[in-house]
Order: sequence, then C-alpha cells, then structure tokens
Amino acid sequence: MDLLNDWGLTAVVMLPIAGALLMAAIPRAQEEMIKRLGLAVTVVTFLISLALLFSFDFGTTGYQFETNASWISAINANYHIGIDGISLPLLVLSTFVMVLSVIYSWNHWEEPRNPKAFLILMLILATGLNGTFSALDLVLFFIFFEVVLLPMYFMIGIWGDKTVRKIPGFARETETRLYAAIKFFLFTLFGSAFMLLGFLALYFRSDVAGERTFDIPELVAIASNTPEVFAGRFGWLVFGAMFLGFAVKVPMWPLHTWLPDAHTAAPTVGSVLLAAIMLKLGSYGFIRISLPILPEAAREWAPAIAILAVIGIIYGSLACLAQTDLKRLIAFSSVGHMGFVMLGIASLTDVGINASIIGMVAHGLITGLLFFLAGSISHRYHTREMARLGGNMKLMPILGGILAFTAFASLGLPGLAGFWGEFMSLLGAYNPAEGLSLTVFRTAMVLGAIGTVLTAGYMLWMLQKVNLGEPSVEWENHEFHDVDRFEMAAWVPLIILIVLVGIYPRLVLGATNDSVVSLVETAFGPSVTASLGG
Amino acid sequence: MGFEIDYLAIAPELILVATIVMVLVLDFVLPRRAKYFTAIASVLGVTFAALPLLILAVDGGSREMFDGSYTVDTFALVLKGLFIVAGYLVLLMSVSYIEGDRYYQGEYYFLILCSILGSLVMASSRDLIVLFIGLELTTAPLFMLAGWRKGDMKSNEASLKYYILGVLSTALMLFGMSLVFGLTGEVSFDGIREGIGDAAAGDASTALGLAVLLIIVGFGFKVSAVPFHFWAPDTYEGAPTPVTAYLSVNSKAAGFVGMLILMYLALPGASNYWAPALWIMAAASMTIGNLAALRQQNIVRLLAYSSIAQAGFMLVPFAAAAVSGTDLSEAFSATVVYLVIYSIMNLGAFAVVIAGARKTGTGDIDGWAGLGSYDARLGVLAAVFFFSLAGIPPLAGWFAKFVMFRSVMIAGGVSTVALAVIAAVNSVIAFYYYARVVKSIWLDGAPATALGDRADTPAGSLRLALIIAGVLTVLVGIYPTLASVFGDASRVLAAG
Repeated sequence: MDLLNDWGLTAVVMLPIAGALLMAAIPRAQEEMIKRLGLAVTVVTFLISLALLFSFDFGTTGYQFETNASWISAINANYHIGIDGISLPLLVLSTFVMVLSVIYSWNHWEEPRNPKAFLILMLILATGLNGTFSALDLVLFFIFFEVVLLPMYFMIGIWGDKTVRKIPGFARETETRLYAAIKFFLFTLFGSAFMLLGFLALYFRSDVAGERTFDIPELVAIASNTPEVFAGRFGWLVFGAMFLGFAVKVPMWPLHTWLPDAHTAAPTVGSVLLAAIMLKLGSYGFIRISLPILPEAAREWAPAIAILAVIGIIYGSLACLAQTDLKRLIAFSSVGHMGFVMLGIASLTDVGINASIIGMVAHGLITGLLFFLAGSISHRYHTREMARLGGNMKLMPILGGILAFTAFASLGLPGLAGFWGEFMSLLGAYNPAEGLSLTVFRTAMVLGAIGTVLTAGYMLWMLQKVNLGEPSVEWENHEFHDVDRFEMAAWVPLIILIVLVGIYPRLVLGATNDSVVSLVETAFGPSVTASLGG
Repeated sequence: MGFEIDYLAIAPELILVATIVMVLVLDFVLPRRAKYFTAIASVLGVTFAALPLLILAVDGGSREMFDGSYTVDTFALVLKGLFIVAGYLVLLMSVSYIEGDRYYQGEYYFLILCSILGSLVMASSRDLIVLFIGLELTTAPLFMLAGWRKGDMKSNEASLKYYILGVLSTALMLFGMSLVFGLTGEVSFDGIREGIGDAAAGDASTALGLAVLLIIVGFGFKVSAVPFHFWAPDTYEGAPTPVTAYLSVNSKAAGFVGMLILMYLALPGASNYWAPALWIMAAASMTIGNLAALRQQNIVRLLAYSSIAQAGFMLVPFAAAAVSGTDLSEAFSATVVYLVIYSIMNLGAFAVVIAGARKTGTGDIDGWAGLGSYDARLGVLAAVFFFSLAGIPPLAGWFAKFVMFRSVMIAGGVSTVALAVIAAVNSVIAFYYYARVVKSIWLDGAPATALGDRADTPAGSLRLALIIAGVLTVLVGIYPTLASVFGDASRVLAAG
C-alpha cells in the first residue's frame, strides 16, 4: 500500500476538519444529512487508520507513514507527522471512539440540541487528537495539543450541566457548565504556556548539530549522541516546564482539580472523549517528548512523578468513596487510573512504559464506556445521585449488566483490559530503571497495590448503590426503556475490545513493545532490560 | 545623493495626497445626499496607493532620498503595506457608521486619510525631523476624529483628554529629541548612532539619559503603555468605534514603529538607559492592562485595556533583548510580526464590535448574551477574533505570542526569563476576559427581547472588512509563514 505512505496519515488528521468545513455549509435544518456526513467522515477516518494498522510493519521500530513538508520556514518548524508502535494504538483508539461517539449521539442530543454545531466541534476535536498522536514536530504538536481546547470548551460550556449552584469563591450562584468550562481551559492554558517555553528552550539548545530544530526525532538523536547538551540544570528546568503542561492534561495530583468539574459538567459524549482520548495526550507527551529528549532529567524527576502518581491513585480512590454523584465518581476514578499510567512511565523501564500504554488504551475503552453508561442512566432517571438510583438492575437489566461488567473491568479484574495496565505498572515500579531509588519505587508499588484494593472497593460500592437493592418508590410509575439500538451499536464494540485486550494483551503490547524497548534503550541504556531478569 | 525626487518611491504618498485633495473638492461640490461618494473615493484612493507598493516590492532594493532622510526599503514597504491594509479595513468599517450620523462625511475621510499618510511617512523616516512630522501627521487628525460624535459628552471628553495628553507627550518627546540633537549635532539616525558613543562616555551622559527617557515617555503615550495609558480607556470608549479601531491599530503601530526604529537605528548606544525603562513598561503594561480588563463591563473599554496589555506583550522582545545585551535584530523582527498579526485581529474584533453593537443595541458584554444563537456567523467571527487575541492556536494570535516568547528565549538571562514568566502568566489571565466575551455570546442564553427589529445584517462594506480580517486571521494561524515574511523584511534594517 504505497499510497498510504504519502497521504494515509495526513488523511486521518485532516479529514475530520475538512468534514467540519463541509458540514458548516449545510443548512442547520438538514439534520439527517448532517448526521450522516458526520458518521461518514468518522467512519472513513477510522477505516483509513485501520488500513494504516494493517499495513504497519511491526518488525521495525522507526516511524512509518512519515510526511515531512516545510511549514514555518522562518523557525524551521515543519509539518512532520509519522507513527510508531507507541502512537499507533492510541491513534486507532481515537478514531474508533470518535465513530462510537457519533453513533451514540444519533438520538442523544443534550439541550440546546443543535447537532450541526456539536458535530462540527467533534470533528475539529478529532483533528486535534489525531494530530497530536501523529505530530513529530514540537510546534505542530503544540498546535494540535491546543486545538483540542476550543471545541471542548464549547462542548462543556454550551451543552454542559445547567445546574445552578454556589461555587466557593464566587459571589453569585453560577451554572456548573460555565464554571467547569473556564476552569478546564485556564488550567490547561497555564500548563501549556510553560510547556511552550520548554519547547523553545530545547529549540535554542539544539543548534549543536547545525540548524536549530523542533523536530522530535532529531532532538532525540541529539540527546542520545551528545547527552551533555540537554543535561544538568537546563534539562531539569525544561523537564519541569513541560511537566506542567503534560501533568495538567493527564491530570496528576495536585493539578487534577479541573477534571472532576469538567467531566461531570460535560455532555455525555464530551466526557467520553475527554476521558477516553484527551487525558492520554498528557501521558503520551511524557513518553514521546519528555523521556527520550531529556533522559537525564527524567531520572531526576522520576521519583517525584512516582510519588505524585501514587498520591493520585490513593487520593482518587478515597475521593471516589466520598462521592454521591455517579459521574463525579467515574471522573475521580480517572485520577486513580491515570496515576497507574504515570507510575508506569516513572519507572522508566520498558515494562512500565508498555504498562502505561496498555493502561491508556484500557482506560480509554473502559472509562469511555462508563461515561456512556452514566450519560444514559442520567438521561433516563434525570439524576445522577446514586442514593436515588438503587435497584437499577430490576428496572433495566441490560443496562445494569453492562454497568456491572464495565465496573469489574475498571477495577482491574484479570481477564479484562484494565488488569494489564495496573499489574504491569506495579511490576515496573517493583524494578525501576537503574539508578532510581528502590525504596521510593517499592513503597510506591505497595501503596499502588493498596490503591487497587480501594479501587475494587469503590467500584463495588458504586455497583451496590446503583444496581442492587430495591428501586426507590419515586420510580414506581415510571416507564423505563432499556438499552436502545444506537446505544447497543456504540457499546458492544467497546465490550468486545475490553474482553479481547483482556485475554490477549498482545493486541496492544505486540504493537508497542518493540518501539518501547528501542525508546528505553536509546534513552536509558540497554542495561534496563537485563535488570528485569535479575 | 542630492535632492532629486524618486517619484516611484513616493508614489503611494502622492496618490494619497491626490485622494485627500479630491475628497475635499468632492465634499465641496457634491449635494448632501451624495456625500457618500467621498467614502468611495477614499476607499479607491487607498486601494490605488497599494499598487506602487507592489511594483516597488517586486523591483526590490533600497531607494534613498534627501540624503537618506527618506528611505524606501523592504522594511518601509512592508510597514506601508500594513498601514494601508489596516487603513483600508478602517475605512470599510467607517462607511456605514459615519453615514448614519449624516454630517461632515467629507471631512471625516479627509482627516483619516491624512493620518494614514502620516503613518506612511513615518515608515520611511530615517531622521528625527521626518520621524516627528510623520508621527504628528498621524496623531493630529485623531484629536478631532475622537470628538466626532459632537452631541455626545463622552466623545467630547475623549477628544479633550486625548488632545491634552497627546500635546504634552509631543512636547516632551520634542524636548528629548532636541537634547539628542544638541548632544550629537545630528538629526539623521546614522549620524546620531555614530555620535552617541562620545556623548554617552563624556560629561553629557546625564543629559543623554534624560533625552532618552523623555523620548520614551513621549512614545509611551502614543502606544498607550503603562504608566502613560490613562487617556486610552476613556478616549476609546468615547470616540466613534471605527476611530477607536484606528487608534488602537494604526496609531499604536505607528508609535511602535517610530519608537523601535529610533531605538534600533539611532540609539542602540544608549540602551543602558532605555532598556530597563522598556522592561518596566512591558511588565507593567501586561499586568495592569490585563487586571483592569478583567473588571470591564463595556466591550470597547475591555478592548482598550486589552490593547494596553497587548502593547506590553509587544514591548517584551525588545526589552528582553536590550536588557540582556543580545542582538536586537531578532527582537525587532518579532515585534514587527506581532504588530502585523495584532493589527489584523484587533481590527477584526472592532469590526465585530460595530456589527454586534448594531445588532444588540448595546456595548455591554452582558447585553450580547446569546448573540451566537440568533446570528451564528457573527458569533463565530467574534470567537475567532477574541480567541485569536488570546493567542489560542490555530488562530493567528498564537504565532504572535510564539515569536514573542521565542525572542525572549534567545536573549536568555535571569531578568528576561522573569519577563517571559510574567508574559506567560499574563497570557493566561488575558484568556479569561477574552473568553468572557465569547461566553456571553455563545454560552449564555439570549434574552427574550433579543430578536425582532434588530435582526438587520451588517452593511456590505463592514461585511467585507469582517471577511478580510477573518480569513487573514485563520490563514496566518495555519500557515504563519505569511506573517513571518514581515519579520524577514524587517531584518533588512539590520543588514543596512
């Protein structure tokens, strides 16, 4: 498939935004046509990404389907995109969840409806997400990373939760959506302003090998050929600047506070896309940019990251136990799960980084599905208060069954997708890269293991409150319709994948492993893999 | 060299002068109901004035007149291009606005064309006298234009405040320039640059410091940088909106260009005086402008404070480079790129304000609630311009912020990194108030009385201005090379 080499990846990135432009030209009244166009664009994008997957050469570790065209010549920033085993699963996950989101949206429009605007925003978001996973140039990466913000801001702000409540620090009562939207944006913007400063600092140090460059592979090459260039205090500061940008997005404790608000306030599809794909941009940034370009600084930062990750795991789980709102509980569970992802990255080993990628994919599938379910539940009951939801299993057995399945997947039940990320990241923490403090990481591992127990605790507690028991008397005369066909169409593929990845993790690890091992070897030396055996 | 005149080189200025005369004559002979022909004549005149620019740009090279006092090189050309395009957009915004008032249409266009002419002169000036003439020709007509809505007390206040402070700043600047002349015996930038070393070394160093600071104060007023910004919010609010757009773009840009070429070409030897001053002005303008903007209810006042903050961002590259003593050419080109992008998106924002004020009947941000739901196109444009001002990719503003940060990182050093951090924090603060406008338009519900008699579409000329600014804002954002051409052109100065 030579054709794919030149335009395949560009199509995955640019097709959605082209579709958005086309959609803008269709009058708002032609709703059916708009929805079909949205579905067609996302399906074609997904199919092209599948074609990339099937023609991907898993035998090599380099970038494939590369395109490198001149873009901003004044600063030597190029339109350089390409994928390797690390980005491939995330890219396919992104195009896949986008299709499911459009299908789910088909008859689930939150007020004030307007499918045209919503789908246009979704498509712009898709371009930002796919672009971030493909970008091999820091400026390009930054642009795509930021493009994601605007559509999400509008999604939360326009279609979000309209409950009026008193927010601490605000004089007047404010609608939740308004507060959540601006908070989300300001947090991310704050982080990315410093991230940009970090990128620029790298750019100015990169002139040892001739011209200054923003090119990620070139910067990695500089880092491994002449490690002293990005070393020392400089590297430590730059890593810190980029850490701010990525850690807000992940989100890592204590920069996570935007997440529960944004996830809870966002419309269902918005929460799904946030949880399933957007959170991965941060952890992906660590793997793609921070670790390989600044390996020495990564060693110095790793214990701090591990500690913050573990605090995130424990804190997220404990916070979950204190929630009364179903959606907020799922949101906090993301803080915990992303903590495992970050713990894996912090171990700086191939096992840990493989764990973080499979953890990201699993979290994308599972938490995405959980937010779909939470959306459908609150759509039917018009409340997300778990205290009022009991006995769901009796009212809607299929929905309740899927919820139970997903909750078990989320708590890391062996055999389902969630297990591998947690297990392997604890394994990575048990035996971190050479030079890292064993005490810190093994303590982190133990605390992380306690975290898995807590996770099981709050998930089962949630199931007990929502699914079991007798339905509250207030629902006595209500007619509840169980899962409809659009929901089924959106959820079944996720369920299948959760099982498949669970019993056959090679589906993800097979793609990532070679690239991860090569990344770890270039950045931290080959001794790491050997130390695994010992 | 001598004094022969290169007519092609000054053809844009000559065409503008001809247009100015024609507008006056037309205003004299036309019957009252046909006065709008003066508007058409002005728009056509400015369009024609752009043609020789293209010829000169293709021709390339540097053309000097009057012993180098008046130079038309690539740098002057790109700035003239900017001033003409910005002037063109302001004229388009003015047409329907001024027609509505039904008085003095001819004079309005006469004054605004004079001001554009002044900014063109400014771009070519290479000595103190031409610089001063250009700057004052740009500013003086605006004293009258600011008071255009003569029945409105606020407009009168705007004009008076602007006039008094403007004249004061001019006097201070002229005093500073005369000191420079006294110290070096030269008015040409090249001569001053060579003479300044002796002045700085000798007993006259105090006088030189005073001269430089007085000049900075004068320019500080023109670009409305803190602490010389007090006139701006009141004048911006009171003046007719197209004039405000002109004030915040052309007149500010002219002030910036004047200050930078003076510092860069004539006074690099005195940078130990002006560098700390610019650093403080940059930090203070960003911070105070942004904090004050947070509390504004009126959209024009919000844009006034935002333009003060933006002036701070624009000062950052130069201040950083000068404080750390690195090469100024990189900073110079960064400032020019920022200026170009700022001009386009800020004019767009003002065009949206004119159209939106017509539609909603108010300049209050809260009064714009739900505008997006009954005029989606205007709402989208408003989001484009305001988010671009905030520097959100992929809209043009990101590249302006990017080149600003980039030039700071080139400079390096503690004080410059501190400035970069101040700028980074400020760009987050700035986002909050820009987003507030968008929030009102898209996220808040429309009041029940919103639709109905106000459902008119903007006039054709205003629509054209909106489309031009919108397309440029998106295109430059996606393909910033379009704007970096301006930066490259300004490097010509460094070589020359």
